[in-house]
Amino acid sequence: MDILNILVVGLLLGGIYGLVSIGLNLIFGVIRIVNFAHGELVMLGMYGAYLAYATLGLDPYIAVLLVVPALFVVGIIVHRLVLQPLHAESNMQIFATFGLLIILQNAVLAITRGEGFSVPSKVAGFTFGVGDIRVTVSRLVIFLALTATAIALHLFLKRTLIGKSIRAVTQDRQAARLMGINVERTFTITFGIGSALAGLAGVLLSPIYTLSPGIGGNFILAAFAVVVLGGLGSVAGAYFGGMIVGLVEAFAGFYIDPELKQAIWFLIFLVVLIVRPTGLFGQVGAEEVGFREQN
Amino acid sequence: MSRLLTVENVSSGYGLTPVLRGVSMHVDTGEVVAVVGANGVGKSTLLRTITGLVHPTGGDITFDGVHITGLPAHRIVSHGLAMVPEGGRLFTFMTVMENLELGAFNPTSREDTQQSLHEVMELFPILRERRAQRAGSLSGGERQMCAIARALMSRPRMLMLDEPSLGLSPVMLEKVFDLIRMVVASRDVTVLLIEQNVADALEMANRAYVIEHGVIAKTGPGAEMLHDPDIQRAYMGL
Ligand SMILES: Nc1ncnc2c1ncn2[C@@H]1O[C@H](COP(=O)(O)OP(=O)(O)OP(=O)(O)O)[C@@H](O)[C@H]1O
Ligand SMILES: [Mg+2]
Repeated sequence: MDILNILVVGLLLGGIYGLVSIGLNLIFGVIRIVNFAHGELVMLGMYGAYLAYATLGLDPYIAVLLVVPALFVVGIIVHRLVLQPLHAESNMQIFATFGLLIILQNAVLAITRGEGFSVPSKVAGFTFGVGDIRVTVSRLVIFLALTATAIALHLFLKRTLIGKSIRAVTQDRQAARLMGINVERTFTITFGIGSALAGLAGVLLSPIYTLSPGIGGNFILAAFAVVVLGGLGSVAGAYFGGMIVGLVEAFAGFYIDPELKQAIWFLIFLVVLIVRPTGLFGQVGAEEVGFREQN
Repeated sequence: MSRLLTVENVSSGYGLTPVLRGVSMHVDTGEVVAVVGANGVGKSTLLRTITGLVHPTGGDITFDGVHITGLPAHRIVSHGLAMVPEGGRLFTFMTVMENLELGAFNPTSREDTQQSLHEVMELFPILRERRAQRAGSLSGGERQMCAIARALMSRPRMLMLDEPSLGLSPVMLEKVFDLIRMVVASRDVTVLLIEQNVADALEMANRAYVIEHGVIAKTGPGAEMLHDPDIQRAYMGL
């Protein structure tokens, strides 16, 4: 395997990490909740794709149109019923997401009885090559979806009034209220968007992996590394952070040992926290916003 | 003159700590009313309670004939009540322009955003120059102007200012007070002003209230209170 090949493998892997991270990062940046159940939302997206296949015979690339809105609704409900009532105690919210992780995993386990499903797709497994480099359609789609999502989310946050109100809430909740922004509703919508993005990741990952209730755990550690590396709450951070983690993993896996990938995530984690605690793309000073008088 | 804001026997505080203990006051349309008092007596808490950021534990607040007591803060703005919080509280990572746009976020003023932008930039030409700059990089005086302009973007009937002179040099302070006078004159807004610079505030105000220990200790016309020996001794270091 030559360097170019490893580069491509790393970037495509980065696409997966980036796509899983982008919703996690949005939720963290705006609501300041570390959503431990994010991987389970990805898992729900995967099972959603399976359900669409099993009942309607849909290809996952079409099921996206159903599963992503469904996860948006799931996110809204979760935020309203579980997280919003705990708004005065942010630590409790974090515990609640952990509880949600356990409930979702076990609910899916109970329903599926642990059977490992796979979701077939007519196009996902197709590979094409340029020279020695082989690329699978499923992974390329993820990379492109991440790129499109990152651009769209960035424009949404920068250009639209709703996006600006979300950024305002991120920076100063009280001032945002004084502008007439409904902070609670902004949180709910943001959680919905973050969940929908997790759902998108899940659907697009479904042709690649055999589904299991605990599969979210495969991505979530790397996703946390991406969030810390790229910068809390930064869209560009999730994108480029994902790429960097993917590349490091690919190169280290080739030159050192693939078994070391978790050690490498944590190494990245530590180095970033020491050298640049705001992450590569984080707003310097933004990490303090969450600790300022909030309500 | 018609009564615009009535605060009746309002109590409020944080958690178990009461701060206001039965405050009654009012503001009439077109007035400039000052609230003065020592540090920590509850001046900011009074404004936060009126805007709904803090919910009162007792009493009643009426604005323009509507009971706004206990309404969430984001709904109260739409009634025409805007506040410039202590320190301005701009969205420091966003541009001046974005801050101003957000000032008009509430549904009643959103349609008029372009018109309002034009007006506040006429009022504060420096903001036009600085519109693409991050609000966090403005000077202290510019920040205060931007915060006032942002509040005006909601086209308020009443503007409440929490220590607009905070952290400003004497020269800048004069300028900000001039600007407030200009806003009062040109925009037909009623003003409720909190100040530590008691002399300046009383000079500008039609009427004033003194808060002590969470209750109104004294009230009267600004000019009269300016020459009140007790007030001079307690708040003006004379
Ligand atoms: N968020 C809060 N939580 C708990 N206590 C608070 C909070 N904000 C203010 N206080 C307390 O309430 C009291 C009144 O505070 P407030 O900010 O209203 O005073 P102030 O008159 O505006 O003072 P200053 O002139 O220093 O701004 C103070 O004792 C303060 O410590
Ligand atoms: Mg104060």
